[in-house]
Amino acid sequence: MTKKMTNFIATIVLAALFSFFLPWWSVMTAALVTSLFIPLKRTAVFFVPFFSILLFWAVYCFMLSSANDFTLAKKISQLLQIGGNPYVLILVTGVIGGLAAGITAIFGKQIAAFSSKV
Amino acid sequence: MKYIKLLISFALTFGVFYALNTKLGSIPPLGKFLNPVSGIWQNETDEAVIGEVAIPGLEEKVTVHYDEQMIPHVFAENEHDLYKAQGYLTAKHRLWQLEFQTHAAAGRLSEIIGEAALEYDRTERRRGMDYGAEQAIAYMEQYDTETLRFVQDYADGVNAFINQLDPNNYPVEYKLLDYRPEAWSPKKTALLLMYMTKMLAGYDDDLEYTNVLRQIGEENFNLLFPDFFDSTDPVIPKDTDWSYIDVPQTKLPESQAVLDTIAETIEKPHPDNGSNNWAVSAEKSVTGNPILANDPHLGLKLPSTWFVMQLSTPDHNAFGATIPGALSIISGFNQNIAWGETNATRDVIDWYKIEFNDNRTQYKYNGQWKDVTLRVEDIKIRGKESYKDSVLYTHHGPVVYDKNFKSENEHSGYAMRWIGHDGGNNQKTFIELNKAKDYEDYVNALKYWNAPAQNFVFASTKGDIALWIQGKFPNKWEGQGKFLMDGSNPENDWQSYIPQEFNAHTKNPERGFVSSANQHPVDENYPFYVFNDGYETYRNRVINTYFNSKDKFSVQDFKDLHNNNHNLKAKELVPYMLEHMDISSFTEYEKTVYKEIKDWNFSNDIDEVGPSIWRQWYGELYKILWDEFDDESTALTSPFTYQTIYLLKNHGEHEFMDILATDDKTETAKDLFRIAFKEASARLKEIRDEDGNYAWGNYKATYVGHLLQALPAFSRFDIPIGGDRNIVNATSKNHGPSWRMIVEMTTPPTALGIYPGGQSGNPGSQYYDNFIDDWAAGKYHRLNFLQSNEANNTIIGTQTLTPVSYD
Repeated sequence: MTKKMTNFIATIVLAALFSFFLPWWSVMTAALVTSLFIPLKRTAVFFVPFFSILLFWAVYCFMLSSANDFTLAKKISQLLQIGGNPYVLILVTGVIGGLAAGITAIFGKQIAAFSSKV
Repeated sequence: MKYIKLLISFALTFGVFYALNTKLGSIPPLGKFLNPVSGIWQNETDEAVIGEVAIPGLEEKVTVHYDEQMIPHVFAENEHDLYKAQGYLTAKHRLWQLEFQTHAAAGRLSEIIGEAALEYDRTERRRGMDYGAEQAIAYMEQYDTETLRFVQDYADGVNAFINQLDPNNYPVEYKLLDYRPEAWSPKKTALLLMYMTKMLAGYDDDLEYTNVLRQIGEENFNLLFPDFFDSTDPVIPKDTDWSYIDVPQTKLPESQAVLDTIAETIEKPHPDNGSNNWAVSAEKSVTGNPILANDPHLGLKLPSTWFVMQLSTPDHNAFGATIPGALSIISGFNQNIAWGETNATRDVIDWYKIEFNDNRTQYKYNGQWKDVTLRVEDIKIRGKESYKDSVLYTHHGPVVYDKNFKSENEHSGYAMRWIGHDGGNNQKTFIELNKAKDYEDYVNALKYWNAPAQNFVFASTKGDIALWIQGKFPNKWEGQGKFLMDGSNPENDWQSYIPQEFNAHTKNPERGFVSSANQHPVDENYPFYVFNDGYETYRNRVINTYFNSKDKFSVQDFKDLHNNNHNLKAKELVPYMLEHMDISSFTEYEKTVYKEIKDWNFSNDIDEVGPSIWRQWYGELYKILWDEFDDESTALTSPFTYQTIYLLKNHGEHEFMDILATDDKTETAKDLFRIAFKEASARLKEIRDEDGNYAWGNYKATYVGHLLQALPAFSRFDIPIGGDRNIVNATSKNHGPSWRMIVEMTTPPTALGIYPGGQSGNPGSQYYDNFIDDWAAGKYHRLNFLQSNEANNTIIGTQTLTPVSYD
């Protein structure tokens, strides 16, 4: 398994685990941990945890929402003025989680770089 | 370099965290709000209807059967458990609404919404809402600890739910506004009852009338605002014999209104808050069983004002509409009786001018100085320091208007005397009605009711029908409280109350039916002073004409009457206007509109254009007729519709008909008809060009709005339903029959009910608004009155509430 794949999977698993006792920023914590222990290079630093969490959140949202005919997702999508489409809301949710994770991973990368060179 | 990279990436990370974790303006904290683990996605579900839940403090097991309408049928072993279960279940389905309404009542919205709500909160505090709730609790603590214990049971039930609730599952609105529920307490039930009191007995125009009187003089005032209209069809039939009343009306003192100029007054409840109710006797019923109906007209809200439940113990079994926050059934029935309310619209608010001493610690009364009591209202504001508002209390009540609020006078103010501040035991009335077995029990239950005064309709399986107008009413002198009064003169105080047994009522009247629709309670022969505080004059006549039209009535007739769209108001003016209006100057388009309204049958059905033309025409007419009262700098009010129409038809040449803006001409009623018609036609043309047509359904565009200022995503728009204000089907744009109930007094009673909403408060639930379409179509749902604790085929799930075992 490539390092990227390991990071990708580990981020999802940790995010799921942390979510039991941490609020929404459990995804940031997960990305921080994986960026420190499974370091990646260049754009992968951001994009691997980004897509990892995007996938995690989007799939989870889809499971919850499709079981209820997207009743609330349609309304929230209207509320946030993104057109009333539940799939757009799912994507937006995934991107938000992914962004938070990806940016935290960049920070983690800098910590690793900083401490290894001190 | 690496420091800089580290710092920048840290700043970015922190920035993202902050941005997604913080409410920014009206945008919720998006990370918290949208994440699937604790955000709104967790609300994408219906409430559970099966399983076992442990509730601390329960004595015995409570069984809850849910039917397919999500109505809980509660079987408890005793009343304490019953009200614990009611509190628990109400919180389970309506937690956010339950709390938000009491925050609104207490003037605490700034805590949730921020400074934008400060003016609202100050108004509610100065109106004495919180003070009134404290008085109610103090009364119960002193005189009725039994009721207080039930109220505490309800609180325990609500708190059991809140304590068990995982924050991930907080209702959506908490997540949207980013706050948490707090513990429930008996005072919140008192606040909810104050909220209802304000809604239904919080309307008055005394200060506006004072300004009007000063501007137009007494003679004109009496013409425009008479105590009785030229014809009345009161709640209590006209031929009622009052000779048994041996207490006289308070003698008229030498009192003069204080003709101050008042620029601005506090916000008032919706003037259309009202209702219909009626019952026919066994003789007048097709089946030989009395039939009763009720439909309270309130703002159309989501989550709904009402929550339907069946509440039973081995000793009683009640069913009907509850209000989240109050105990027991409010409008409903049990195995023996049925009851419902309409607003009695009596004047129970008066205003007194207060003169203070130099440092505002005392006020003038009866030639002496009396101490004021200072109450500091501490209003918490989200994201800001608290606002402290000092409200001075006199023996009349709170000085609402003074130099700190809507007035500039250093040494004077206006104090409010309101029955809502008197404390009382309104909750007991409903607890007792739920258990009542016959007319005597009903009458006894009503005795505890102070405010808001209601017309309580009644029917029993024994065959009685009745209607009591119940409330605590001051025995006023002729004209007392119509205008601002001098607060230093003891003769202006409320001297005594009408003894409860002399409140107007009727039992098994000869005409075979009782009815009320917020009209005048009595005619001139009732021996106490009853001031016209905005009485209805149309629905009552349509209802009474209907019941006088034939010998016997059925449940279907009741349904037809609920959904009756006959526009009596238009019928009393439109033909007169059409006949007297000069149409020689009309354009082709205006002639088309003229023909359309001429062909109208006075029914406010959704596909008619007549109702839209009428509304637009009368609206323009009213505006240009009462231009005298269109003044931004002074708080004024204009005459009621009935009197307006009376004046147009009988005093068409009166000076008020003149349009002030046209100096060179003196208009009469006939001119106003024409001018208003042309204005209306122009506007209707615009509407047609924009929306395609002005059929009534489109024109009115009824909606049911979410409690947060009708947040569009959580509201329902363009609901196809006819009617309007002053029509028996009183559905206007955002107001109308908030609960429709028909009960036939079979043994046990059989009942129908529906309301424009749904049992769930969760916008993510299919039960949030699932009744609306049937409600709009005039349909009803059979209320499945379970006679024993056994699930039948209408039950979709059973939940058991169990005592917490400590072993």
